[in-house]
Amino acid sequence: MSNPILKVTDLKVHFPVAGGVFSKKQVVKAVDGLNFEIMPGETFGLVGESGCGKSTTGRAIVKIYNPTEGKVEFDGEDITKIKGKELSQFRKNVQMIFQDPYASLNPRMTVGEIIREPMDIHNIYSTKKERENRVRELLEIVGLKPDHIRRYPHEFSGGQRQRIGIARTLALNPKFIVCDEPISALDVSIQAQVINLLENIQKKMDISYLFIAHDLSMVKHISDRIGVMYLGNMVEIGEADDVYNTPLHPYTQALLSAVPIPDPKVARQKKRIVLEGELPSPIDPPSGCVFRTRCPNATERCAKEKPKAVKVGNRSVACFLYE
Amino acid sequence: MEENKVSDITLSPELFEKLDDSEKNAEKIAYESSTYLQDAWKRFKQNKLALIGLIFLLIMLVLSIIVPIISPYTYDGQDLTLQHAGSSLQHLMGTDKFGRDMLVRIMCGGRISLAVGFAAAAISLVVGVVYGAISGYLGGKVDMVMMRIVDAMYSIPDMLYVIMVVVAMGANFVSIMIGVCLTFWMDMARQVRTQVMTLKEQEFSLAAFVLGAGKSRILFKHLIINSMGPIIVTVTMIVPRAIFYEAFLSFLGIGIAAPQASWGTLANDAKGLVSTYPMEVIWPVLAICLTMLSLNFIGDGLGDALDPKKK
Ligand SMILES: Nc1ncnc2c1ncn2[C@@H]1O[C@H](COP(=O)(O)OP(=O)(O)OP(=O)(O)O)[C@@H](O)[C@H]1O
Ligand code: SF4
Ligand SMILES: [Mg+2]
Repeated sequence: MSNPILKVTDLKVHFPVAGGVFSKKQVVKAVDGLNFEIMPGETFGLVGESGCGKSTTGRAIVKIYNPTEGKVEFDGEDITKIKGKELSQFRKNVQMIFQDPYASLNPRMTVGEIIREPMDIHNIYSTKKERENRVRELLEIVGLKPDHIRRYPHEFSGGQRQRIGIARTLALNPKFIVCDEPISALDVSIQAQVINLLENIQKKMDISYLFIAHDLSMVKHISDRIGVMYLGNMVEIGEADDVYNTPLHPYTQALLSAVPIPDPKVARQKKRIVLEGELPSPIDPPSGCVFRTRCPNATERCAKEKPKAVKVGNRSVACFLYE
Repeated sequence: MEENKVSDITLSPELFEKLDDSEKNAEKIAYESSTYLQDAWKRFKQNKLALIGLIFLLIMLVLSIIVPIISPYTYDGQDLTLQHAGSSLQHLMGTDKFGRDMLVRIMCGGRISLAVGFAAAAISLVVGVVYGAISGYLGGKVDMVMMRIVDAMYSIPDMLYVIMVVVAMGANFVSIMIGVCLTFWMDMARQVRTQVMTLKEQEFSLAAFVLGAGKSRILFKHLIINSMGPIIVTVTMIVPRAIFYEAFLSFLGIGIAAPQASWGTLANDAKGLVSTYPMEVIWPVLAICLTMLSLNFIGDGLGDALDPKKK
């Protein structure tokens, strides 16, 4: 087996929050001890409810946030403290596609300038002419017309803007792209097109994706493996079909039971598990297993100890039920 | 190393199959092509007051440059046989107590007043934008210290600065300008800081960061450019206030020295004559009022026109 292209070990990202004058400093434990690996050419889907720390994980990987603890290794090299040339090389290799196509393109730059910027930054190609040709080529690859080069982002629809964003990340020929809910802001009719484009690019360029979304059924379609997050923790990792068809962790089971099933026969057989209680705050997460306040199977032990991820077949589950 | 050369990796169009037409046309260009500035101008023109203000200001600018050049009179040329003359064909705005041509004096005053206004705005622009952008972008402790300094300076009344500087350096163009700028750059700095703080969290700034852009590139190409609307509006608001401060100082008698005269000095000179020769006060006061009004209209118009949310 080959080595993982990305390896995340015990990753923690905590944000300080301003408390009152007299209260002590608090932290948001946005990500609280993640472990996972992504293989070359693989798509790893990351799912979980809003606020569980998916974006924070993605942003820590591309070094927008510095980890409070833990390691992120890319191609075997710890990237949490790299600088200068190594950082610049890392930037070329690891890119990000953002959620909001309306906010992720600078409204004062033309499409040409936007896609050319990474090449300007890294001094790829010596002449302006070469860069411009490359921009046209990239526009064609993502399915836009090369003569859109002088237009401004506001002239395009959401899907087209997302394509522009994709062209921008491709300009550096990255090996790994973090896709942070790249289609959730788009019309349903356009989502499939953008997904197809991303899959096509992956096949041709052998890129690995970390694909973030909150909809498990969509992630299943595009991912090889899936990681399920809850309140800053990874609760289950496994092959996409396995996780989808036979979820092991009580949280994954609850998440999937909420998915509407098109076939009424199957739907009747499946019992709906309704999550009880509020989502706890990441400022003050529950002791022991973070899911215990909403878990139907919780025992006393779950409040005292934090479950470690255990192997069940080729699955990894963080729950005492599987020890 | 081989893999370090990104440009060598072959990602060519041949690798990709063409989209079929149905997919391509699924998303058409959503809006007409027009640049940000064209849009802004279109919206600005619709605001009639702002347009009138702009036209008045331009006429004022042109006249204050041209009139002193083409007029047969100079601003300090006295004609003691023609004191306090009313409007006539020779002297369109009449003459003052030394028989000097009022039109030329008003226009020369316009040069000084407008120069003070625009120079003060230009200096506040540069200093305020740099200071505010750095403070907002770096954030944290740096921001806190930089902003506490502004707060401390802000708590002293504006006029006090101006008067202190003018008294210390002597009343001239430069000292008045420095005094005025000491207070105005802070408005700009605060405005820019607020903008930069919100913009730096936006995804396009994060995208630039992830692409490897350096601090100055992000600051200038992404953050400041996108703050242009509020910056321009603040500038147009600084100009009339600076003109007013200068006029006020001159009116108090600590402004530009005779025989040179700004609008404030002219009003001051003639203030004893309000009941006897009212026109000698009315002309400079009218010039100040109309110019400030125009600039305020322009500022309002620009505020609406440059706001990207008003489509
Ligand atoms: N810069 C920050 N400062 C403080 N708290 C933050 C910051 N960024 C995120 N958080 C908090 O961290 C938690 C995780 O946020 P994150 O954006 O990673 O969630 P998410 O899983 O991406 O959610 P969504 O599906 O809504 O995008 C949230 O409680 C959020 O409020
Ligand atoms: S460890 Fe306990 S609380 Fe947590 S998911 Fe398993 S059974 Fe539920
Ligand atoms: Mg998110």
